[in-house]
Amino acid sequence: MVYCIGHSILSPLGIGSQANYDAVQAGRSGLKIYSDRFADVEPFCASLFDTPQEFVPLCIRSVEEAMENVQSDNVQCTKDNGQWIKDTVFVLSTTKGDHLELLRPAQAIAAHFGNPNPPIVVSNACTSGVCAQITAMRLLEAGLYKHAVVVGCDLQTRFIVSGFQSFKALSPEPCTPFQPDRKGLNLGEAAATIIYSSQPSAVRVQPYWTLEAGSIHNDANHISAPSRTGEGAYRCLMDVLEGCTPEQIRLIGVHGTATQYNDAMEQVAIERAGLQDVPKSMLKPYFGHTMGAAGVLETILCAMQIKESGVKSQESRLIKMLSGFGGVNAAIRLKTEC
Amino acid sequence: MLKTESYIEITPRSVMLNGQAITVQETGDKMLVELYRRYAGDYPKFFKMDTLSRLGWIAAEILLKQSAISNQISAIILANRSASIKNDTDYLATISDGNYYPSPALFVYTLPNIVTGEIAIRHQIQGETSFYILDHPEQLEPIILSTLNSKLSTILAGWCECSAKDEFYAKIQIWNN
Repeated sequence: MVYCIGHSILSPLGIGSQANYDAVQAGRSGLKIYSDRFADVEPFCASLFDTPQEFVPLCIRSVEEAMENVQSDNVQCTKDNGQWIKDTVFVLSTTKGDHLELLRPAQAIAAHFGNPNPPIVVSNACTSGVCAQITAMRLLEAGLYKHAVVVGCDLQTRFIVSGFQSFKALSPEPCTPFQPDRKGLNLGEAAATIIYSSQPSAVRVQPYWTLEAGSIHNDANHISAPSRTGEGAYRCLMDVLEGCTPEQIRLIGVHGTATQYNDAMEQVAIERAGLQDVPKSMLKPYFGHTMGAAGVLETILCAMQIKESGVKSQESRLIKMLSGFGGVNAAIRLKTEC
Repeated sequence: MLKTESYIEITPRSVMLNGQAITVQETGDKMLVELYRRYAGDYPKFFKMDTLSRLGWIAAEILLKQSAISNQISAIILANRSASIKNDTDYLATISDGNYYPSPALFVYTLPNIVTGEIAIRHQIQGETSFYILDHPEQLEPIILSTLNSKLSTILAGWCECSAKDEFYAKIQIWNN
């Protein structure tokens, strides 16, 4: 297991995790109709930054925000300790990176912070943000690094929007996950960062949360459609439930893209895993589908939701799940303490 | 500590299986089709795939057919340097100015991890599939090591790079601990 010692979200709804959390609590959505953002592309509904952003500076700002709120009384985890950055690996979660480049931006972000280690880009379609956390956890558990900065980011382009339109996957209006009349997904932009450490705080400071388990499974069914039996997602849920019971899970952060097939598949997988009575968190109506950022951003907000609504000193667990093209599914289990 | 059970290496003009050369007549993408006809031949979906997927798919096909432990594979982990750039370029051509006909059949291959899904479907592997973008093949080793450390004991993993239709390189291995 590894410990979250810092996090941040930058999105059209605000700067910082707390601002984004408050926006969701207040029911604010970043979704709007765009009719002339990209040439030739039909009008679409999405959550985009008012001013188009540059990929690398946005990611750097997100990491800086996360470092600002590092919460640990372990001196080895603090940014003032010069050794800190040397013991850290940067893991970037993105699907289309900076205008189709993935490696160069990751190198630029790591270099900006003086990080000497080769960065890792996780490109596992829409599951990347959860897969990147699993990769970070494994590297730390194997003792290869002490800390991991997991950054998730995607910016919308003519390339992506035209592709999803050609797939007929986009809803012309704000999406409605898990509703019978759902019409498809909305795209979104964001950058989000989680800093994990293999080293717990001493006593005084709680980690934001503990990442306890993670699992990735392929449906082995179709490259662009989920399995109707939810096989991969079900296997992920069963893996992350190992060592606890469905009753101990207080929240499932579903993928909830609001496409007919995705939500139906998730429902099947959740029921098969005996988790049908657990409340669901669905964040796409606020942020759209932020692709490489989704798994990072949604993990942070689910953890905050549990923490803010929890009982003092009580341990709570939640599951964050995602699915994506290529038939891939991923899930992680978090523990929070209030 | 890392052990490989078997490996395959494919360049545009050569194929090596466990250190033994496999004779090929063609080069580049045509060579991948030649290998498909010799080693599979029963999977017409191969022809719908982009070159990156063809490369990884045929490498896995040849490697898994000769391995005694192919039924134990619990993860497929591939990596490269330039993601899906060859197919990204092909898709871009379908949305060029004045010629805007975005192709969903090409768009779906604009993600590098699709090749891992194609291999999973062919061999009915419902384990993990992951794709990483790295500067160098050596950087995959700590990832494989840490994955083996996490209960997954037999892994199909390696480098699968395709920068253009006839420019590619794959070195894929079966690892176990």
